[in-house]
Amino acid sequence: MAAAGKIDPMHQFTVEPLIPLHIGKYDISFTNSAAWMVASLVVIALFMWGGMKREVVPGRWQMAVEGLTGFIDDLVKVNIGPEGKKFTPFIFSLFTFILAANLLGLLPLAIVPGWHAFTPTSHFSITGVLAIASFSLVLIVGFWRHGLHFFSLFLPAGTPWYMAPLIIPIEIVSFMVRPFSLALRLFVAMMAGHILMEVFGSFIVNGLSSGSVLGFGVGTISFLFIVGVGALELLICALQAYVFALLTSLYLNDAVNLH
Amino acid sequence: MDVASAKLIGAGLAAIGTGTAAIGVGFVFGQFLNSALRNPAAADGQQGRLFLGFALAELLGLMAFTVALLILFVF
Repeated sequence: MAAAGKIDPMHQFTVEPLIPLHIGKYDISFTNSAAWMVASLVVIALFMWGGMKREVVPGRWQMAVEGLTGFIDDLVKVNIGPEGKKFTPFIFSLFTFILAANLLGLLPLAIVPGWHAFTPTSHFSITGVLAIASFSLVLIVGFWRHGLHFFSLFLPAGTPWYMAPLIIPIEIVSFMVRPFSLALRLFVAMMAGHILMEVFGSFIVNGLSSGSVLGFGVGTISFLFIVGVGALELLICALQAYVFALLTSLYLNDAVNLH
Repeated sequence: MDVASAKLIGAGLAAIGTGTAAIGVGFVFGQFLNSALRNPAAADGQQGRLFLGFALAELLGLMAFTVALLILFVF
C-alpha cells in the first residue's frame, strides 16, 4: 500500500478458487474458504485426539477437552433438559466449528507479505447454512415429536381469546426470523470486527509511513486502540460461538418441550 | 437530489441505529452490574444470561449497520 494509499477493507473477504473444479456448468472449486474450514476441522480433530485419553487423574490436555465437552453437556442439560442428551453432539459440533473458524481468522498471518487469514464465518453463505441446519433440526424434531400440535407453540397457554389474532402473527414472524437472525448475528459480528481491525491497521501503516508528526501520533493511538480491539475480538469470537450454540439449544427446547 | 447522494444520506441515517443499540447494550450490562452488587453470590450463575442478553441487543445494532450497507451497496 502506498504512503497515501486508499484503504480497502473488503479485500480480506474475497473468496478465490485454489483448485478449480467443474461439474457441467457448476463451479465447485476448492476455494480458500473451504481450505480454512478444513483447517478448522484439522485443529478441532487434533485438539480432541490429543485429549481423549482415559487417565483417571487427567493431565492438562485431557482436562481442557473434558472442560469443553462438559461445558456443552451442561449447556444442553440446563436448556433442553434430560431429553437433550441426544442433541449434544450437534450442539458440540456447532460450537467448536464456529469457535475454531472464528479464532483461526484472527491469526496474524499478514506478517508474511501477501498472506492473510480468512474467516469462513464472515460470509453469510456459511453462517446461513449453519443457521438453516439448526432451524431445520428444530422443525424436524418439533413435527416428529408433536405432529400438528407443534403449532400450539404460537399461542401460549392462558392468552385471552381476543388477544389471539394479535399474538399469533407476532409469534409466527418472530419464529420465522430465527434462522435469519442466527446467521446475521454471527456474520455481521465477524465481518464488522475484521473491517474495524483492517481500517485501524491501515491507519497505523499510513500514519507511520507518512513521515509527519501527526501521522506518527495517529499511528501510535491506532496501535493502542487496535490492541484493545484485538482483545475484544477474541472475546467476541468465543461469545458468538457460545450464543449460536445457546440459542440453538433454546430453540430445540421450544421444539422438544413446547414451552 | 440524485440517487447517489440520497444513498449516502440514507446510509448515514441508518447508522444512527448503531448508537441507539449501544445504549441498549450498556443497559444490559448496567442492570447486571447493579443487581450483581446487590446479590454477589447469585451473580456468577447468571453470567450465561448476561452474554445472551448482550448478543441479542448487539444484533439489533448490527442490523442497523447491515441496513446501512444494504442502502449503500445493493440499491
